[in-house]
Amino acid sequence: MNKLLKIFTILVFAFLYLPILLLILASFNSGASLAAFSGATFYNYAELFADDDLIGLMLNSILISVLAAALATVLGTAAALGIFRMRKPVRKLILNATNIPITNPDIVTGISLSLLFAFVGRLLRIESVLGFTTLLLAHVTFNLPYVILSVMPKLRQLNPSLNEAALDLGYTPIQAFFKAILPEIMPGILTGAMTAFTMSLDDFVISYFVYGPEFSTLPIEIYNYTKKPVPPKIYALFTLTFFALLLIMIAMNLLQIRDEKRRNRAFDKVSTR
Amino acid sequence: MKKIALVLLSVLMLAGIFTACGTGDYTATINVYNWGVYISDGSDGYIDVNKAFTEATGIKVNYTTFDSNETLYTKLKSGGVSYDVIVPSDYMIGALAAEGLLLELDYSNIPNYQYVDESFRGLSYDPEEKYTVPYTWGTVGLIYNTKYVTKPVDSWSLMWDEDYAGKILMFDNPRDAFAIAELLLGYDVNTTDETQLQACADKLAEQKELVQSYVMDQVFAQMENEEAWVAAYYAGDYLLMRESNEDLAFCFPKEGFNLFVDAFCIPTCSRNKALAEQYINFLTSPEISGENMSYLGYSTPLTAARQYLEEDVAASEIAYPSAETLSAGVTFDTLPTETSNFISEAFNKIKASGSGWSVWIFVVIGAVLVAAAVLLILRKKKRNKY
Amino acid sequence: MKSRVKLLAAPYLAWLLIFTIVPLCVVVYFAFTDADGHVTLANLGAMRDYLPTFADSLLLAAISAAICLLIGYPTAYAITRAPASRQRFLILLIMLPMCMSFLLRTLALVALLEDQGILNNILSAVGLGRVTLIRRPAAVVAGMVYNYLPYMIMPLHSVLVKLDGKLIEAAQDLGCSRLRVLLRVILPLSVPGIISGVTMVFVPAVSTFYISKKLGGTSTAMIGDIIESQFKTSYNLNAGAAMSLVLMIIVFICMGIMNRFTGDSEVDLL
Repeated sequence: MNKLLKIFTILVFAFLYLPILLLILASFNSGASLAAFSGATFYNYAELFADDDLIGLMLNSILISVLAAALATVLGTAAALGIFRMRKPVRKLILNATNIPITNPDIVTGISLSLLFAFVGRLLRIESVLGFTTLLLAHVTFNLPYVILSVMPKLRQLNPSLNEAALDLGYTPIQAFFKAILPEIMPGILTGAMTAFTMSLDDFVISYFVYGPEFSTLPIEIYNYTKKPVPPKIYALFTLTFFALLLIMIAMNLLQIRDEKRRNRAFDKVSTR
Repeated sequence: MKKIALVLLSVLMLAGIFTACGTGDYTATINVYNWGVYISDGSDGYIDVNKAFTEATGIKVNYTTFDSNETLYTKLKSGGVSYDVIVPSDYMIGALAAEGLLLELDYSNIPNYQYVDESFRGLSYDPEEKYTVPYTWGTVGLIYNTKYVTKPVDSWSLMWDEDYAGKILMFDNPRDAFAIAELLLGYDVNTTDETQLQACADKLAEQKELVQSYVMDQVFAQMENEEAWVAAYYAGDYLLMRESNEDLAFCFPKEGFNLFVDAFCIPTCSRNKALAEQYINFLTSPEISGENMSYLGYSTPLTAARQYLEEDVAASEIAYPSAETLSAGVTFDTLPTETSNFISEAFNKIKASGSGWSVWIFVVIGAVLVAAAVLLILRKKKRNKY
Repeated sequence: MKSRVKLLAAPYLAWLLIFTIVPLCVVVYFAFTDADGHVTLANLGAMRDYLPTFADSLLLAAISAAICLLIGYPTAYAITRAPASRQRFLILLIMLPMCMSFLLRTLALVALLEDQGILNNILSAVGLGRVTLIRRPAAVVAGMVYNYLPYMIMPLHSVLVKLDGKLIEAAQDLGCSRLRVLLRVILPLSVPGIISGVTMVFVPAVSTFYISKKLGGTSTAMIGDIIESQFKTSYNLNAGAAMSLVLMIIVFICMGIMNRFTGDSEVDLL
């Protein structure tokens, strides 16, 4: 039974990683086809680094994701604090509305925003309203629920007397928030920020409806590439991103493990005393 | 640790804001919106036209692509974007001009217009020579793989041949798709008769199960790697495809074929008209046009450019067919709005129409749910009675 | 003091109103007007022609969600039973594909499945001959499962990992068989995870417009494809808005029915 489960899991992972492996192999392929390997080369990587546009697009993507995640984190955390203090029916209503961008199909969100932006653009007579600003607004919009939904549970787990205790110790309400509450909900905020960032980085559907010719992101351009013959340098970019993300994730993982070990050791010391 | 993260975040945000501002107009940039795979971009050792333009003028080119006239039209109509140069085809130019979406060109800024052949001036889409400078012209024909298609090919009926079911690629735009049905059925490609158009729609619906997919520029990959064997597409792209797969052949169908012109225009949303004209002028110089078309395979409307063409392209019967072959070509006129809406909607329906059996599954599920609900209510009522 | 804390939500509420509620109202407006801005029901009436497409999309998405659940549940369970350090690494491996371009990964899937693709090349090299794997509904389902499986595993894992081991032990001590433990204890307790996993697979699957285009044939056009073409190539914003509205209502009804099972709507989706 256990062995069977293990084999099954390995197969699932193989299924998830086979296409990725294929793309990595394709980045070293001297031919342009994904299906036929014609010889090993680093040419695609040279092509990639010579392509300023592609690197620019990647920077655009990172810029939008960082800004959108940061804005959504600040706005969302504040919102979660406020919503948490509201009466239940109001809170329920707002949380249901918050769920809309998550539950709504991306394509509908994208379309609704594009209609709004086009309308506002016409109203203000701005010819090229679509671009950086609209992308940022759209990304913040779909990031906000993720931040709120990961901060809320932390607030719920919070000891209600924590704030009072801090106030009793002579902290001002603002100090109390930063010294007592914020550290407690920090894991939730960080999870929200990370989710927001990754959601932004890989978003294609919503961006596709609100980007403009002057500012687009990597996923949109990749989509445009897939409509034409795909240049293999894209696979090289994919491979580099894959390993960069893998390294970052492993590093974060190791840091976490180290932190935990340190905490356990401290705990051991205390308990042996 | 947290403080560092905070500082890092604010630095990133600041950097973001600065780059966002920095991308402003410190150098002149024009937005060019052209067909995909429709300019020599420096691959295979050919000229990189946009780069050459930037080097010659210092103007940056922000180059984006579309895959059909209808995409271009939708983009312009939906608003929120600004383009300086667009390259629609004949029938779309007429539509855009009629809707007042094009700016009149200042031909004194485009001295190279003098090289444009007389036969490409004042055509029906722009009779008064106000809005356009032709970029290319070409034909639509059958592309097929001789390895798999061994019968003699001379008719559009190949696109309906059941022997090649699942290996046929059809145009993914209503105008080109309908034209093939119209030619096959012997109708005028500019017909506005709805019974004729409906007959074409039926013909296209009948073809659907044989079609592998409705494509535009994906045709390159599918034909080159032999995933598909038969396609209707532009002759210029055939010449480019043939570079990668020698088994591909091209045919002008006997029923006739579309003869088109794609031309530079400046839309009303442009903010850099003078720079746009400079760009158009640059691409209309015989030398650039010749080198560009050597890569593209499409035909140049400048006789003066032919001397810069590669020999095999210049001699190609497909890029520059004889007058006799060309006599079977038909051009697209701008259709009335109702007609183009009709074919666009009909084409969407053809592509959408599913098998229909799944509807029944939901009907059954719905019926079961309703029955269950009714039963529950009846039972409750009964219980209440006692 | 309390009321001032509530004010912290004000910027967000304004944002919610402007960028979520108002745009939806705009969609409704477009759905009920024609190109000249006159009120009409014609757009919704025209939905009749697209009924099979809606039904196909719902069916394929439902099948994908079911398969994701069937594959995802054992996987999530297996991950929770791995030692803690390995568990974190495995979760990371599940998350990683979610961050990589789904467009390119789908393209790789195409290269695997197409007639001249890798699997078929292997089959024909072995002498089994080529089989049509791509451009059929099953290929679209495979693409959806491949793309959205991580979104099923993640919430399932986060529910399963919180499951109290003592509860299972207690059930076993009380004489429950393994199967009964699974059916009576583990499964009911993981319902919130199942619900959010199914949501996160079903919603993007029912509205996808890329996967079906690449992996499907001409008979598997999905409603997302049609909506996309109304907005991107046919310039029929009103018809597109009407379809979006119908799609949205269908999704909300499905989610409403699903949420019935969890009761409290304040369940975390993450």
